[in-house]
Amino acid sequence: MSHAVKTDNAEPALPPKAKAALSEGKRAERRLGLLLCAPAILIMAAVAGWPILYSLWLSLQRYDLKFPDRTEFVGLENYVTVLSNPYWWNAMWVTVLITVVSVAVELVLGMALALIMHRTLVGRGIVRTSTLIPYGIVTVVAAFSWRYAWTPRTGYLAETIAGGDPVLTEKIPAIMVVTLAEIWKTTPFMALLLMAGLALVPDDLLKAAAMDGASAWQRFTKVMVPVMKPAILVALLFRTLDAFRIFDNLFVLTAGSQGTSSVSMLTYNNLIKGLNLGIGSTMSVLIFIAVAIIAFVFVKLFGTAAPGGDGGGRR
Amino acid sequence: MRGKGHRLAAAGGAALIATSVLAGCGSGDGGITINVYKYPQENFQKIVDNCNAQADGYEIVYHKLPREADGQREQMVRRLAAGDAGMDVLALDVTWTAELAKAGWIKEFTGQARSEVEDGTLETPLETARYEGKLYGAPDNTNVQLLWYRADLVPTPPKTWDEMIELGAKLQADGNDKTPGLVAAQGKQYEGLVVLYNTLVSTAGGQIVDDNGTKAVVDDGAVKALEVLKKFATSDVVDPSFSNAAEDDARLAMEGGKAAFMLNWPYVYAAAQKVETIAPHLKWAPYPSIDGDPAKVTVGGINYAVSAFTEHTEESFDAVLCLRSAEHQKFAAINDGVPPTIESVYDDPEMAEPYPMKEAILETLKNASVRPRTPAYQNVSTVISTILSPPAGIDPRGTAERLRTELQDALDSKGVLP
Repeated sequence: MSHAVKTDNAEPALPPKAKAALSEGKRAERRLGLLLCAPAILIMAAVAGWPILYSLWLSLQRYDLKFPDRTEFVGLENYVTVLSNPYWWNAMWVTVLITVVSVAVELVLGMALALIMHRTLVGRGIVRTSTLIPYGIVTVVAAFSWRYAWTPRTGYLAETIAGGDPVLTEKIPAIMVVTLAEIWKTTPFMALLLMAGLALVPDDLLKAAAMDGASAWQRFTKVMVPVMKPAILVALLFRTLDAFRIFDNLFVLTAGSQGTSSVSMLTYNNLIKGLNLGIGSTMSVLIFIAVAIIAFVFVKLFGTAAPGGDGGGRR
Repeated sequence: MRGKGHRLAAAGGAALIATSVLAGCGSGDGGITINVYKYPQENFQKIVDNCNAQADGYEIVYHKLPREADGQREQMVRRLAAGDAGMDVLALDVTWTAELAKAGWIKEFTGQARSEVEDGTLETPLETARYEGKLYGAPDNTNVQLLWYRADLVPTPPKTWDEMIELGAKLQADGNDKTPGLVAAQGKQYEGLVVLYNTLVSTAGGQIVDDNGTKAVVDDGAVKALEVLKKFATSDVVDPSFSNAAEDDARLAMEGGKAAFMLNWPYVYAAAQKVETIAPHLKWAPYPSIDGDPAKVTVGGINYAVSAFTEHTEESFDAVLCLRSAEHQKFAAINDGVPPTIESVYDDPEMAEPYPMKEAILETLKNASVRPRTPAYQNVSTVISTILSPPAGIDPRGTAERLRTELQDALDSKGVLP
């Protein structure tokens, strides 16, 4: 992604004739390059491109495995059904709420953690390791421990904090618990990305600012944050995309009951449980579009450029 | 990334399934293996062993499905959709028959197999295995709820819902807090609420979905049922956690001495024997009716079906007949507590001790009702439990109207599942 953005910006600087002026050797080299890339591109097209196209095709059909003889092409009817359905919009708002709240809280907590990890003088290894523990636990396992903790009679959180109420069976409390579990789980990831950004801030700059009489807060907002901005935006982009597709925590904690479904959960229910390939694919396509919009907003409007462009290591 | 993890897990799962299928095929010494997929039933392996001793030419292998009904259905349906030949016999919840039959994933019972299944089997469980006049399953076990009550507080059990609510209120009003008057039942947003509602609708002589399973009816009887449910959910005798209560929550309310009445499956009898304060007083009676005629209680239970993709049709049907034989149903009833579907088993003297309520069960079964038989049952059930939840918020006319529209969408596979 980042490379594409950079080349776009760089191209106008080149004289327009540059392309035509390629030498014979350069052209051969380029051809070789394309040939070498071809296998990878073919595989990508097969494993990523084809399923996307297929689900687009499915989304234009009435296709329910329960009624195989009623399969037919219906155009955009599925989109009308989904987009005019209250369950879908409820799921959309739940998803947006969880995404916005969890990412905002994670940014603040993650920044605090990153500063702590960055500044720690003693036991740096231990501090960093212990911070990363929640992130190291498999999400489903962590979600189960949250679920048991919030189950009346067996769970310590349900007994101490909720006074024995089954919080996971009511909409608002359940969404709060899911958001909390999400924050607990992924704040370390945010902290890790932000710490990488902190390393970019030169110490001299901070010292100079201190010399000029900037307070600690001013040094943070006027020096650190502007320098870290690219890292912050990347962290926000990754987390937003990830939070928007929230599934595993929700699946274990509420399974979408009492109107706590996220869009992914709703899609799963329609596709896997309801066997409705048409409606389910329509929802997948809509999620795909939403994710694309989020990425577009971050990249084009905020100017996010992912260093290395790879989210590798994320779970 | 999140997605990557899932993909890896899926690949791992596929690999696991592949190895287990291969292992399953290999274990027959080159002979035929019949793979049976059933939920975890404690003593089922003994039945399988017994059948294997009698079988000639094939070996049955028992594969355990997940404990939760949704997990069982998902695993089977996913593999059936892919035309997997590794599954031969499937243990289906009674509500799945229509869906799998319509999709063409299970075989019809015909000829000899059909007459053997129909012979001596109770009518309502058999009804659950039929779709569009054809038989697609062999009932293995069945289940019906009874009214459980505290004989020390209530000398004669109530016959109707109104009587029960009145009796409970009187018990509570009779002075101190130590007299429990609550009625424990299942009101959580899940299948249990659908079972309760279906019983009420059938008892009131109504219908939720028509006999063909294609049209949402929600007639006057169904509205009457909504009124009864609403009246109960807003009465003084309802447990405050009714709208979150599943079977076990109701059982615990009864065992904990909070409730005088409970609507629940027969498994509560065995469980309550461990609770000294309750055990001697716990008695059972037929499910309360609405206006005096006996209630038509919803049946649960399991039917065996033969996968359409099996490569060993004859042996699979043979295995089913053995697994559900009268002898094995009795064994399962005594050891795993599941009520039989063959009527003669109830008369067996060995049943008397573990099943003192067998007469009540049999009587209820003979006048029982079936949940809507439609391929879209999963959708129908989800829509009903969503709309009825919480039961105290029911507005009989309005709720019925909403049920009618959303159920019709669900039946037409048009709407969105919540």
